[in-house]
Amino acid sequence: MLGYLLRRLALSIVVLFGIAALTFLMVHLIPGDPARIELGASATPKAVAELRSDMGLDQPFGEQFANYLGDTATGDFGQSFIFNDPVAVVIGERLAPTALLIAYGLAIALLIGVPMAVIGALRPNGVVDHVVRLISTFTFAMPSFWLGLMLALAFGLSLKFFPVSGYSGGIDGFFRTLTLPALTLGLALLVIIVRTLRSSLVSVLNSDYIEAARARGFSEWRVVGKHAMRNSLIGTVTILASLFGYVIGIIVLVEAVFQIPGAGSLLVQAVQKRDYQLIQALALMAGAAVVIIGLLTDLFHALIDPRVRLEGRSE
Amino acid sequence: MSSAVADVPRGRRSRALPSWRRVRRLPLSVRIGGAIVGVMALAALFAPILAPYGPNQLDFGAVLSSPSPQHLMGTDDTGRDVFSRTLYALRYDLVVVLFVTYVSLPIGVLTGALAGYFGGVVDAVVSRLGDVMIAFPFIILVIAIIAIVGPGITGFLIGVPLASWAIYARIARTEMLVLREQPFMLATTALGYTKRRAILRHAIPNLLRPCFVFSTVDLVGNTLLLAGLSYLGLGVQPPTPELGAIIASGQAYLLTAWWVSTLPGLVQVLFGVGVGLIGEGLSDGGLGRETL
Repeated sequence: MLGYLLRRLALSIVVLFGIAALTFLMVHLIPGDPARIELGASATPKAVAELRSDMGLDQPFGEQFANYLGDTATGDFGQSFIFNDPVAVVIGERLAPTALLIAYGLAIALLIGVPMAVIGALRPNGVVDHVVRLISTFTFAMPSFWLGLMLALAFGLSLKFFPVSGYSGGIDGFFRTLTLPALTLGLALLVIIVRTLRSSLVSVLNSDYIEAARARGFSEWRVVGKHAMRNSLIGTVTILASLFGYVIGIIVLVEAVFQIPGAGSLLVQAVQKRDYQLIQALALMAGAAVVIIGLLTDLFHALIDPRVRLEGRSE
Repeated sequence: MSSAVADVPRGRRSRALPSWRRVRRLPLSVRIGGAIVGVMALAALFAPILAPYGPNQLDFGAVLSSPSPQHLMGTDDTGRDVFSRTLYALRYDLVVVLFVTYVSLPIGVLTGALAGYFGGVVDAVVSRLGDVMIAFPFIILVIAIIAIVGPGITGFLIGVPLASWAIYARIARTEMLVLREQPFMLATTALGYTKRRAILRHAIPNLLRPCFVFSTVDLVGNTLLLAGLSYLGLGVQPPTPELGAIIASGQAYLLTAWWVSTLPGLVQVLFGVGVGLIGEGLSDGGLGRETL
């Protein structure tokens, strides 16, 4: 277990380092002088030179990267010029709606996806199975922002169940403002759950230990719901976690549709106003979130399923 | 002449000539999906002939008019015919998305094949680089590049291949690890073929199939990404007809003129379903781990 843990940790650190390098390079590829861009064309050369030295742009490339890594590790992401606040503060204020939306969306995806996968897997290639597959193909093909607009049109503008934009806190505000966005996210993620869980269940239901459970006379409910599900659901959640980058992509679009003041809409705002410090920090955090969530799920998976850590050894 | 080595090119040649009998042997979902995509591709190809109006032809006398025989999908807030714009948008999207997808595929297949064949340092470099690109959220990477080069199609054209190659590389590498030990690959060494010939002529044709199957998922994903970026105002700029941009242009009139956003979106869903059905039939199973 320790060997697997260390190997997996080392790999994650390499990838995190790569992501830091990528975001660092990104800002350095911007044509023109960042100090000049920030101060505008009317600034004096002296002021530009001062800001350059404040930003550390007069130092050698390697030193700048080392500084960047150090600042990042201590939570210093620089100053956002559109908000005139530290980037860490600006992002911190926007994280809550995004995190809540992701949690709510995942819950909806599981709530709809798990029963669909189960009824499909009970009779592989039966009529129900084909209907389930077709539905998941449709949800995969839908642009998430378009789906959001359609839900807003149906349940917001026409039926007036929910507001179509904005966000407010509290339990009541959570359900009122985040239900439609979370439903959009949930339906967009449905395909992953239905496909992976269904195919996993189909193969598990053909295995010997399920045959044994059936032979002992357990009810079909217990066989599928307890014995088969325990094995299949873990794998599905792991795959869902490994696709966290895809979740982030949908979040950006969903927040734009419903005008939710989260990290996703912050990114779009930052790109429109060209606030590079903010873009850099958001990109870095998004990449780091994917790596860390992937790492945690893999470790959890290895902890409860010895096959995972043994498989890692033979590689 | 009946050795396994000689069979590889011959098999490939016959696959390049599809006959009706071959088409009829394909799974039903591939045939349905192929028909959908085929019709849409033809409609896109012949957009200038099929479209009743120009894509940017304004008509302030018919602003936001509902679908009718004159305007099959209605008109938008400047009286442009949504059906005509959708046809041109389909043309634009297909060209751009086919380009980025099938530029990424050969780059990924080649690097993945080299990594799998040689192993060692080559493998470590390609794999770790690929890990970084795959871990980095795709849309964030493309948006970051757009922040550098400015809104428009350039960021998409640079950003997608920059990240997409890595998934093809991962698939190709995994296949190569198995392929490398196959008797016919060992034979290329025994026969004294150059490594270049062994990889390009004998290994890569066998790596292409899984990569092509994945490319159907990638095609849909890239179409959605392009539309999404344009929806955010970061992709294709107005007045160029693009599906996401058309959908965005109708958002303000969602209740009064539902057709502007709804109908182009349906066209995009249909395209995605068509491509999805082809991919499903070809892979003959669910979406695998490296999909999406």
